[in-house]
Amino acid sequence: MLYDGAKILTGLIIGVAFFISPFIYDAGKPYKKPEPQLTEKAKKAGECVASKQFMREWHMQLLDEWRNEVVRQGDRYYRPRQLAREMRLDKRLMDQWRHFISDGTRHYIPKTDKVYYKSLQNTCLDCHSNKTKFCDECHNYLGVHPYCWNCHIAPEEK
Amino acid sequence: MMGINRREFLKIAGLSTLFGLGAKSVFQLLAPGELEASLPPLQKEKKIQWAMAIDMKKVNDSLLKEVINACHRYHNVPKIPGPKELKWIWVDDFEHSFPDQAEGAYITEEVEKMHFPLLCNHCDNPPCCRVCPTKATFKREDGIVMMDWHRCIGCRFCMAACPYGSRSFNWGDPRRVMRDKELKKLNPDFPTNKKFPTRTKGVVEKCTFCYDRIDKGEYPVCVETANKIKKDSFIFGNILDPESEIREILKKRFSLRRKPELGTGPNIFYLI
Repeated sequence: MLYDGAKILTGLIIGVAFFISPFIYDAGKPYKKPEPQLTEKAKKAGECVASKQFMREWHMQLLDEWRNEVVRQGDRYYRPRQLAREMRLDKRLMDQWRHFISDGTRHYIPKTDKVYYKSLQNTCLDCHSNKTKFCDECHNYLGVHPYCWNCHIAPEEK
Repeated sequence: MMGINRREFLKIAGLSTLFGLGAKSVFQLLAPGELEASLPPLQKEKKIQWAMAIDMKKVNDSLLKEVINACHRYHNVPKIPGPKELKWIWVDDFEHSFPDQAEGAYITEEVEKMHFPLLCNHCDNPPCCRVCPTKATFKREDGIVMMDWHRCIGCRFCMAACPYGSRSFNWGDPRRVMRDKELKKLNPDFPTNKKFPTRTKGVVEKCTFCYDRIDKGEYPVCVETANKIKKDSFIFGNILDPESEIREILKKRFSLRRKPELGTGPNIFYLI
């Protein structure tokens, strides 16, 4: 027979209850996926610098790349269409961007020859001026805290 | 007796050590090398080096005040009094701007009264870039001594290396001026430019020659502001282009640079 069985069992029950309490607490509640919202301006523009799928998966790498190109090489303009064209011609570029490419096209052949000014604060946030409803929506859900906003100024929201 | 005894061995070992250590100095004595630090820097072939000439005959205190204000507002540099001050461009008198030339120099009264606008000299051979352990500060292809605030770890080696005091350290989050009661009075509308980032705690900052404006084909803020008030008071251009405006004016007028004897190759010229 178990010595001090009552005490041990009580302890165990309390421990297990504590451990599964979050599951019980959330049980039955519907799963709410983050829903980033587009501003009117973004909806009107219709396309971003890359496809929705690409931006969802890779926006952080794209931003990182932009910041290095802008700050270190003074390369201020992003020409997605030209880049796609060059990539198809140049194997080295293809290799360099391989981590971005899953189907060989970098998910993306833009419709227009539009040139973008590479800037988080002035280009991205110009369309996505609703940081709390766009950026934060997923970031909070995933518990990531990018420190972009320590320096880059987010637009004021009404 | 076989071989050598202990005493003999120690004698030979000692002599060979002495010879071994001394040999290097003999080589150095007969064929002196050069200290790495005294070697001229490896120069890439450069086509652009942005530089600025400031016409001291055309600037005055009120103009410089406007210029400083415009620069600091554009770049979100908060006003913080005391030793934690942040500055990209500021003024000082002849003695403190050119300490190497001031001693015992009987300068004219006119020059003695002048207030020189001081900023990063965007040196040809910048000591700050040599000491930066993370390459957060580096020299761009077009000669701008640039800062990558994403990379800066706040070690402040660059501040120690810069002979011009052009660098400021963020001892705290610059955005504290929005919360702090006293500082808020000095910076009621911080951040003053919503198009430019602020910095963060533990980062060094300085003049970047408005790299973002240059990339867009515009003049730096100080040049634009000064020339709006007094035409041709700040002359900006490519010092390597013999036909540029700045080279033309330097041909005609006598100019001073700050501490050129240090070999940093400063690119801010003061037309006297």
